[in-house]
Amino acid sequence: MPNGSEIGQRSATIAVLVDNEAGILARVVGLFSGRGYNIESLTVAPVDEERRLSRITIVTTGTAMVIEQIKAQLDRLVPVHRIADLTMDGQHLSRELMLIKVAGTGEHRMEALRLAEAFRARVVDATTESLVFEMTGAGDKLDAFIALMRPLGLKEICRTGVCAIARGPRGLNA
Amino acid sequence: MSATTAAATETRAMSGAEIVLRALKDQGVEIIFGYPGGAVLPLYDAMFQQNAIRHILVRHEQAAVHAAEGYARSTGKVGVVLVTSGPGATNAVTGLVDALMDSVPVVCLTGQVPTHLIGNDAFQEADTTGITRPATKHNYLVKDIARLSGVIHEAFYVARSGRPGPVVVDLPKDILIGKGSYTEAPQVPHRSYRPQTEPDGDAIRQAVRLLRSAKRPVVYAGGGVINSGPEASRLLAEFVRLTGFPCTNTLMGLGAFPASDPQFLGMLGMHGTYEANLVMHGCDVMLNIGARFDDRVTGRLNAFAPNSKKIHADIDPSSINKNVAVDVPIVGDAGRVLAALIECWKAEEAPQQDRAALAEWWRCIDGWRAKDCLRYRQERSGVIKPQHAVKRLYEITRESGRETFITTEVGQHQMWAAQYFGFERPNRWMTSGGLGTMGYGLPSAMGVQIAHPDALVIDIAGEASILMNIQEMGTLAQYRLPVKVFILNNEYMGMVRQWQELLHGGRYSESYSAALPDFVKLAESFHATGLRARTIDDLDGVIREMLAVDGPVIADIMVDKGENCFPMIPSGAAHNEMILGPEQESGVAGVTDEGKVLV
Repeated sequence: MPNGSEIGQRSATIAVLVDNEAGILARVVGLFSGRGYNIESLTVAPVDEERRLSRITIVTTGTAMVIEQIKAQLDRLVPVHRIADLTMDGQHLSRELMLIKVAGTGEHRMEALRLAEAFRARVVDATTESLVFEMTGAGDKLDAFIALMRPLGLKEICRTGVCAIARGPRGLNA
Repeated sequence: MSATTAAATETRAMSGAEIVLRALKDQGVEIIFGYPGGAVLPLYDAMFQQNAIRHILVRHEQAAVHAAEGYARSTGKVGVVLVTSGPGATNAVTGLVDALMDSVPVVCLTGQVPTHLIGNDAFQEADTTGITRPATKHNYLVKDIARLSGVIHEAFYVARSGRPGPVVVDLPKDILIGKGSYTEAPQVPHRSYRPQTEPDGDAIRQAVRLLRSAKRPVVYAGGGVINSGPEASRLLAEFVRLTGFPCTNTLMGLGAFPASDPQFLGMLGMHGTYEANLVMHGCDVMLNIGARFDDRVTGRLNAFAPNSKKIHADIDPSSINKNVAVDVPIVGDAGRVLAALIECWKAEEAPQQDRAALAEWWRCIDGWRAKDCLRYRQERSGVIKPQHAVKRLYEITRESGRETFITTEVGQHQMWAAQYFGFERPNRWMTSGGLGTMGYGLPSAMGVQIAHPDALVIDIAGEASILMNIQEMGTLAQYRLPVKVFILNNEYMGMVRQWQELLHGGRYSESYSAALPDFVKLAESFHATGLRARTIDDLDGVIREMLAVDGPVIADIMVDKGENCFPMIPSGAAHNEMILGPEQESGVAGVTDEGKVLV
């Protein structure tokens, strides 16, 4: 078999169920930086208060061999309960939340509102000279909306990073 | 551990320091290597008032960790370290990384400033869990005394299970002083960390089919076999004899297979034997058990064992398919894997092993062996060849019949020790393999000697390495540890000098050991015996005298300054591009620029 570096790169969305404890995020991030893996997006939040579990979603790229390594390395961290490669294990949904601020008046403002409607972005804040839209969707949809807002007075963007879950009845349990 | 204690939780309020000591005692700890300081004073105070655990006072925290490593590797138990906050913890870091790289079970307790001062840049404060996160298998900061005993028990479980490694428990001073209750080690499985030790049956059957069909097989066994316990080494020998296969060991695996066995090829890798490396290069089926395809072993990856099917058994799934893609991965403990392979080999009838092909393979191996790649020329008078010094040390200790343990520092002497000292059994060889830590050997030997008070413990050293932890001569004196330091003194950082000769045009930049101490006087100033061999006529006498002295000894063996360590696979070269010594051939292989980039 050829060396891993000679094979093409792929993207992987990995879900990691971990103990919600101090330092866990540093452990995961340190693993990626220490071993030279890419992080394209990382999100984390508690998902089970009673059992003190958090879920981390990481989007990364690498050769098949590197992605297997990433999973094995994550899996051997002591506070890690479960790992799932959502990209490989059947179909999955992935979403991102974005808040985006556009400042402008007149025709620009109207155009922004029209486009927001077409993209199903919600207006969550408005002044006479600005708007904040909330939008959820796949990353490329958010990218497209950003591109459209740019000439219309785009001021500020905040994105959460990818949050993903497998389709179908099976769950990721500790 | 007492079976009579009924309650899992002791109701009497104890101080945090007492809880720590009680947990250590229940974990079977007898020895702690440590150094006191402000943040751990409560623990030292509690230790003063008990007799169950003995403390060995080292002279530097790095040495405490290496001593714990020597203790752990020679006994199979978890080594325990106790250091203070700040510099105590940062000094321990090199030892922790060493233990991480070589999979040595160590629990390191570090003092910490009181919880309310954490983050305030308090005196002797360091972010110990932050600093040691990539230096350990796992680490803990105890912020609640109710969690204290549970964390200590968990630390021991994590350190010794799966692929062993170092674990740090950071203990703020207020936790050590505060009152709480003690909880015994839980009997339930860990909530998230449960390493797989039992191999998958299908993988074993697949491996056996492949091994049975092999025409040019090799068994490549590493430190995982030793970490699994002595039974795994016994099973390795049984498997190798059952199959008739040749066997090679990594640097970490020496002793896992008896060096004197006719099926043993010696060590493989950068300074491995000619036959071991050519067997690796030419094999058609490779069984890697408990080794990790380290770069010192594989040489250039795209030329590594190019026409072989590879089976890799490792307890750490992240070691499999990391450097080298394998055909049959097996996750499991080396001992369990070997037991399963033996059982399956005996049960399976097919395919029939090709004994004729195996015999042909052995004829080929015998041809390579005839090269006698470790041969060197020792003149009858004059300067001592370092290889000869190690060879005579081996022969004379063997004649003595004493139980012998060898530790080393890092460099040429380490490789000569690996090449010329034969190990028949596991746990007798302690060396810094992964991290390559100069200064490892003396403190490690200390830990070995504490665990085996009557054994002969020798640190085969270089004159440069030994100075990195020379202060531990004081510890030897204090505890009357009769460790023998056998210095191959060539007045150079020999391996650096060798690379400069072979790769950097003989420009010996900063590799000369200038202004060396007089090692004989140095030994004497530390209440030890100092001996010196200047010529070959002195060598045997000095070795015999060193063994006869009932106390610590430094033997300063003045050896050939220009000697190089061969065979050598240059950086970026393949196994079949190895350079042999002047006795075998006079070719100087070309090192490519890509090779020079590698270490």
